[in-house]
Amino acid sequence: MSDFVRRYGWGLSAILVTLTAFWLLALVWVPYSVMIEKSFRLYLPVSEIGGPSDRYTLANYLSLFDMSASSEFLGLMVPIAVQVFLITVFYSCGVTIICFALAYPAAYFLAKKAAPAQIPTLFLMLAIPLFVSEMLRTFAWFIILAYQGPLNALLDAVGLSKVRWLSGYNGIIIGMVYTYILFMFFPIYNSLTALDNNQIEAAKDLGARSWQVHLNVIMPHAKPGISSGATMVFMFAVGSVLVPTLLGSPNSRWFTEIIIRSMFEGQDWNSAAAYAFLLLLVCLLFVSLVMKLFRVNLADITR
Amino acid sequence: MSEGVEISRVSVDFGRFRAVDNVSVDIRPGEFFSFLGPSGCGKTTILRAISGFLEPTEGSISIGGRPMRGIGPNKRPTALIFQNLALFPLMNVWENISFGLKVRGIDKAERRRRAEDLLRIVDLPDAADKMIAQLSGGQKQRIAIARALAVEPKVMLLDEPLSALDLKLRQHMRSELRAIQERTKVTFIYITHDQNEALAMSDRVGVMSKGRLQQVDTPERIYNDPVNGFVASFVGENSILEGRIQQLDRSQPCFVTADGAIACVAGPDLTNAARTKVYIRPETIKIGDEQTNTLPVVVNSVIFEGNVVSVIGRTESGAHLTSQFTNRPGLMLPSVGEKIKFTFAADAAKVLKVE
Amino acid sequence: MKRSYSHYLMVGYVALFIGFLLLPLLIVGGAAFNDTRFPSVWPWKASTLHWFTQMAENRQLLVAVWNTLMLAVGVTLLSVPIGTAAAIVLNNTKGKSRALLYALMTAPILTPAAVVGISTLIFWRGVNVPAGIFMTTLGVSSIISAFVMLLVLARLQSFDRALEDAALDLGATNWQVLTMVMLPHLRPAIAVGAMIAFLQALEAFNVPLFARGNAETVTIYIASQVRIGVTPQINALAVIMILIAVAGGVTYEIGRRREHKRRLKLEGLAQAAEQAEERGELIY
Repeated sequence: MSDFVRRYGWGLSAILVTLTAFWLLALVWVPYSVMIEKSFRLYLPVSEIGGPSDRYTLANYLSLFDMSASSEFLGLMVPIAVQVFLITVFYSCGVTIICFALAYPAAYFLAKKAAPAQIPTLFLMLAIPLFVSEMLRTFAWFIILAYQGPLNALLDAVGLSKVRWLSGYNGIIIGMVYTYILFMFFPIYNSLTALDNNQIEAAKDLGARSWQVHLNVIMPHAKPGISSGATMVFMFAVGSVLVPTLLGSPNSRWFTEIIIRSMFEGQDWNSAAAYAFLLLLVCLLFVSLVMKLFRVNLADITR
Repeated sequence: MSEGVEISRVSVDFGRFRAVDNVSVDIRPGEFFSFLGPSGCGKTTILRAISGFLEPTEGSISIGGRPMRGIGPNKRPTALIFQNLALFPLMNVWENISFGLKVRGIDKAERRRRAEDLLRIVDLPDAADKMIAQLSGGQKQRIAIARALAVEPKVMLLDEPLSALDLKLRQHMRSELRAIQERTKVTFIYITHDQNEALAMSDRVGVMSKGRLQQVDTPERIYNDPVNGFVASFVGENSILEGRIQQLDRSQPCFVTADGAIACVAGPDLTNAARTKVYIRPETIKIGDEQTNTLPVVVNSVIFEGNVVSVIGRTESGAHLTSQFTNRPGLMLPSVGEKIKFTFAADAAKVLKVE
Repeated sequence: MKRSYSHYLMVGYVALFIGFLLLPLLIVGGAAFNDTRFPSVWPWKASTLHWFTQMAENRQLLVAVWNTLMLAVGVTLLSVPIGTAAAIVLNNTKGKSRALLYALMTAPILTPAAVVGISTLIFWRGVNVPAGIFMTTLGVSSIISAFVMLLVLARLQSFDRALEDAALDLGATNWQVLTMVMLPHLRPAIAVGAMIAFLQALEAFNVPLFARGNAETVTIYIASQVRIGVTPQINALAVIMILIAVAGGVTYEIGRRREHKRRLKLEGLAQAAEQAEERGELIY
């Protein structure tokens, strides 16, 4: 501490620390805490605030388990909200896995086999969709997959029948994979570039087949990248609002929709806070699982 | 006008670790003073204390008679040459040199002029607009010196500046540095672990070990009259014999080793109980038996280094003695395994306290 | 080296990958020039620019664009100093505190933006700050600051502490050390950080969704239009945004390449000088 002041002087140190504290406290952690705190309190009319019914309760969380709004799901009677939550997590995992399956080969090729001269250009081409907003990426697929869209027009022209692409969760999955795949690509690419070619050749030399080399030599090295990518994609997917809204269908619901409905239609910020906290918890859980499974730490994950 | 540095009973602690232990020395104005010692002996810490990057835990440092406690590095009349030079990579040569002037508000034209003057002093007259990244090691050295001289410090502090250079360049820079110091008459405080450097360049040398100042003296006396075993071993070569001193109070003390008694001279601060060894410089040992002390040895190896020849012999008890002499035409060298005699005078055998 | 079958397979895959990523953007952009009611590139009815003119006259859209620009500027002005300060503070922390601080600082990146939006709304309303672009700026900045912090932190790792010491030793004040030595070194990271802050703020959706009050940003506007009925006006807007993104990327790349060439040239000169020195020429 005194070292810091000695190095930067009193005035400058104060400025640096104040800026940092303003960010961490006023912009991040106090709001989170307030939200979490609110999630344990009921949404009450103004008159009742501070009164006897204003106490800490799990009611907001338990409202998800309202059995009166339940339907059949996998052979059991499950509250709809819980269904939506489970489906969201399930499909988000699916999106993560698909992104990995598609991005890994491309990242590997670019990291190991591409000629060094071509890489910057290829990189730029890949980075551009990232600079273009999530909104536009989602919108692009909205146009393509729409019933009147170019994809169907193409099928029509070839004599095949038009397909209602945006049915069920198809649109959402395609949209999410497209929108978030680069967040899987770049971290994997980064950790693969650090891999020494000699290790790969040594493995081949010892008789390992291609898939064995990948499984035992390359992927372990790419662990930080893979965990980073998986964490980001899952987090984006599970918390996504745009993609389910634009590319969803009447019979697809995403958990974020429940949050929004509570927030805007019901004006019930407390329940919305509870649901949002659940979202946060599921992400935390995912991150911890990934960190344990892959045996990486936090610094490896953040780009 | 340069000033002296008075270091008075300075100790520096890092937590429980005492890096500098009760060091006192008065460095005279215009002197070239070196702190010499192995890594970890505290010399870098002392330098940082003098330059103001840390405050001593105990004791005081004064420059030109003014106490420096509480005065930051940017307010002291010192300039430091860092071990890795710390030249600003984003500025070119003359911008680097005149940085100290820029922060004092001197205008651009004047700064450029002074930078070019200094470049002439360090013998790099056309380098003003080059970038640091395109310079060689020796060139960067000289820019660092010019940059320090630009602020006209009263005391120049140099932190092992030549350690990264290769041998030939190092020797060249040694004489350059000494020449610059003599020309500018600034007090130079130089730290190094290279004893050749310290002896060759300095007016006085302070030998340090484990935070303590072992001896402060001219290079000649450091070499010829080391006060203890550490100084004797660190500076120059020695043959060392184990044993115990006896007859300390008599006119001719003697040192009893496994190979017999040796007539010797006693170093300072000896008692009969102190742990001592006898230290003998290689150039004082001759092959033959004319001197006071003679020991039979078996030749272990003969090392011919061109201008100097070293003969290492093993005594009966297994100790090694080295005799070193200059090469001359027609020299007859003994062969390995030959039985010869090593001889040396009593005052060549110094009994010193092991540090 | 013989090009094997698997090599062509890989090349093909990467080409497909890149194509898969870029094609939708071309479609979105192309539809802006096609004269159909619903944005489409097939069938191509007629080439036209009238969607662009319509967009320029769309009052609601223009207000949204203005709001979005305000948001982007605000976020950049807030996140860049905060991120830089945080990186410096973090870099000077050691041990367990550092790990903790790092976790606290990177949490916003790993948090779903919806959570950030809701917590921002709840907290600031609680202290009587109205929802709107200002509140949205605060919310988005909380995330972007973390990105800037990471960028600056990475650049700080390559900063030689001794340079700060040297500047101090030569008489600079603390402020001068910062502005004349440290910030110039950090400039590339800060520039990239500012660019990312700006672009990310332009595309923010989840946070403005909750924190915007009655103000609309471009992304919110587009989302609302999708519900009502889209016209290729949106695509016209998309074309402009894509062009901005491409311009940003190309500028960055050009800058990077130029810097790289410069560095190589200097290193070459240094090597030549070293060799001259070794030969004993010791010239300047």
